[in-house]
Amino acid sequence: METLHITAAKPESALLDLPWRLPLEEWPDNLLAALPRGISRHIVRFVHLGKRVLAVKETRDHFAFREYDLLRKLGKLEIPCVVPTAVVTGRIDDDGEPLETCIVTEHLSFSLPYRAVFSHSLRPDTATSLIDALAVLMVRLHLVGFYWGDVSLSNVLFRRDADGFAAYLVDAETGDLHRELTAGQRSYDIDLARTNIIGELFDLEAGELLDFEIDAIGIGDTLVERYNALWSALTEVEAYSASEHWRVDERIRHLNDLGFDVDELSIVTDFDGTTVQIQPKVVDAGHHTRRLMRLTGLDVQDNQARRLLNDMDAWRSAHERHEDSEMMVAQDWLMSTFQPTIAAIPRDLRGKLEPAQLYHEILEHRWYMSQRLEREVSLTEAAEAYAEEVLKDRPDEGALVAATPGDQEVAAMDPSLALESTTEAAEIAAIEAEDAAKIAVLRDSEEELDSTTVIRAVAAAGEKAAEKVVAGDSAKAVAGDSAITAPIPSVQGSSVPKAPSIPPRVSVKRPE
Amino acid sequence: MATVTFDHATRLYPGSEKPAVDQLNLHIEDGEFLVLVGPSGCGKSTSLRMLAGLEDVNAGAIYIGDRNVTDVQPKDRDIAMVFQNYALYPHMSVADNMGFALKIAGTPKAEIRQRVEEAAKILDLTEYLDRKPKALSGGQRQRVAMGRAIVRQPQVFLMDEPLSNLDAKLRVQTRTQIASLQRRLGVTTVYVTHDQTEALTMGDRIAVLKGGILQQVGTPREMYDAPANVFVAGFIGSPAMNIGTFAVADGKAKIGSADVALDAAVDGDKVTVGFRPEDLEVVAAGTAGAFNVEVDLVEELGSDAFLYGTLVDGGDSMLAGADQVVVRIDPRNVPDKGETVSVAIKPGLAHVFDATSGERL
Repeated sequence: METLHITAAKPESALLDLPWRLPLEEWPDNLLAALPRGISRHIVRFVHLGKRVLAVKETRDHFAFREYDLLRKLGKLEIPCVVPTAVVTGRIDDDGEPLETCIVTEHLSFSLPYRAVFSHSLRPDTATSLIDALAVLMVRLHLVGFYWGDVSLSNVLFRRDADGFAAYLVDAETGDLHRELTAGQRSYDIDLARTNIIGELFDLEAGELLDFEIDAIGIGDTLVERYNALWSALTEVEAYSASEHWRVDERIRHLNDLGFDVDELSIVTDFDGTTVQIQPKVVDAGHHTRRLMRLTGLDVQDNQARRLLNDMDAWRSAHERHEDSEMMVAQDWLMSTFQPTIAAIPRDLRGKLEPAQLYHEILEHRWYMSQRLEREVSLTEAAEAYAEEVLKDRPDEGALVAATPGDQEVAAMDPSLALESTTEAAEIAAIEAEDAAKIAVLRDSEEELDSTTVIRAVAAAGEKAAEKVVAGDSAKAVAGDSAITAPIPSVQGSSVPKAPSIPPRVSVKRPE
Repeated sequence: MATVTFDHATRLYPGSEKPAVDQLNLHIEDGEFLVLVGPSGCGKSTSLRMLAGLEDVNAGAIYIGDRNVTDVQPKDRDIAMVFQNYALYPHMSVADNMGFALKIAGTPKAEIRQRVEEAAKILDLTEYLDRKPKALSGGQRQRVAMGRAIVRQPQVFLMDEPLSNLDAKLRVQTRTQIASLQRRLGVTTVYVTHDQTEALTMGDRIAVLKGGILQQVGTPREMYDAPANVFVAGFIGSPAMNIGTFAVADGKAKIGSADVALDAAVDGDKVTVGFRPEDLEVVAAGTAGAFNVEVDLVEELGSDAFLYGTLVDGGDSMLAGADQVVVRIDPRNVPDKGETVSVAIKPGLAHVFDATSGERL
């Protein structure tokens, strides 16, 4: 007999509490953390489990194990990617019919899907920042020998990283880890990335989700350029005259500036010793992250780390601490500057952004304040002003992923969808009210083609509606007591197109 | 449209001593549907990826038509990996979903529309062109994904286990659809699968690989009727062919208590003989050339029944696959477990292989 089997790296007994006997499509709403979902070929749901949010994806057995394995390997290689939690096999429903295997991953906190990022910001250069982040991720993956096979904006999540973003790989299903990639594999990945990104941008345009004109093809081409530039900087052979030894240091410094460390450098001198060729053999991303971690124990992303390190260096100069060890200076900077600044942010606002991101934004804010006031502004003063003028009105990005009904939020960002939903909701609900025992979620398709239209109907309200169903009066009962949650407008702040406050379309599913 | 030629194409992975694909010679005709099949690790996917430009060719060459593409970038090979990317864009119409790659390539609008309409006609999607993907069924969506490849009008379609993430039922449906669509389009197609049934039902020809080496290429009928070696004999067909190694004397193989005359001349004192379950018939005990099988189990499938049994007086003869003999029998006349039945190989239907090399004699 088939038995439920959970393969996990750590004991995860809490996973047993999830309703594995139900197809993922039918998991009750009270479990779901409604997050914005990307365009995926599988059914994916985000669920609350204690304080965590997990992503659960239904797929075939061997794909699940493969992906689990790949994500673990990538994690060990320190590639930014989601962390796999478990593979759940041997699922059967109440009738004994087998259900698909699930792969469970930890949801990445403070992460943003590209749809959210695009609608968030009015800055046209956001697109370029995303593309840069993706180019860095692709280069890192290719350096370790990972062929992705399906690069797209939907298959990554973005985290704020100082001025820009850091990209995380979410979906490794089509990928493969090789000892070394061929030029063909890299060029195929880049070409597919370009095509997919342009397609995704066309789609945002078609959905009128963008606040500004963009050149989709131009952005796609930018990815190819950025990728190629970074790849050459990291891997190219450089030849110079044997007397110019400083070129080695320069190359390494340049790589450090790009955020990479050189683990191995091949230096080849030609026959008569007049020229030298250097080529980095092994490079690792996260140069600034590692340095900051070593000095302060803060674990942040690379650009954030660079920003904090710069601030620390400036503090060191200002306090004339050049004689002291770097480690000691770092500790003092942490105690006297970093922590008090974060502490100056009111407690209830502090969770909205990661501390390192907060600090970066406070530094930015201080610069603008000094410009405006034409005087020095202290960090504490800047922090207080920042909390009042900026942070208060910012969406809670920790909670954007954990608490807001994401489907609704996407609809709110997406006027076309919300408008489409004006029709039918009440009618459908009424017509199908005989069956209203089960007001279900519209799961548009197996392939989750259009998760953005999915609006949750509250199960409890559905039951209520069912209670009210009396012969001949059913339509009114349901229509009058709509079990439908309206989209929440403006969760994303002022840049969000206002969604009409009308019930979105739901589909009412008959119990089979 | 074009032919595809592998000319001694070899792929040796860095750090490995044995080539993943070893001197592959294969010529695929224009418009042909060729299936690469074999067990995991046989080199079938590597061969496909060499053709796609994803794997380096360390020796030999690959041609598409007359063009040597061995060192050409994937995107410049004029091929399409079908089903590689089938997430559809929710805000774009079906037509835009199919044609967006042409738009990126700068194809004029009118031509995009024309190509999309042609593809839609073949795919039965004409009436959906102006709808959004969410209005489509799962199968229709898959056809839109196929349409993306078709509108690009590539020389060759490549498909790598495209059905592997479908459930059994949908797999059978989709397999028929892909095969018939390919015939209508007439585009040269190379298809990779580990499933011999898929290979038999879909391919114009099948190429069986094992350990990086091409074992045999031929039509499904040729592969089934005249397998070139023991491996192909055992791989193609379900239930698998009975294959055993038996003592041989005077040109006759000693199978159980029977001396079975062989059509081929045999050197040495051993021979490998294969006989398909449906090529055995139940005969009266004592018939010349008949051997006895003790029934372990009968599997009834309605239209068919298969007897799984043990060879009586088998001696030191060795049968592949759990030392069992499988016989297709009349489902209306089924023996009981423990009974002994006499069976004989129908005339001319024994496959004879060299006991050492495994090659067909």
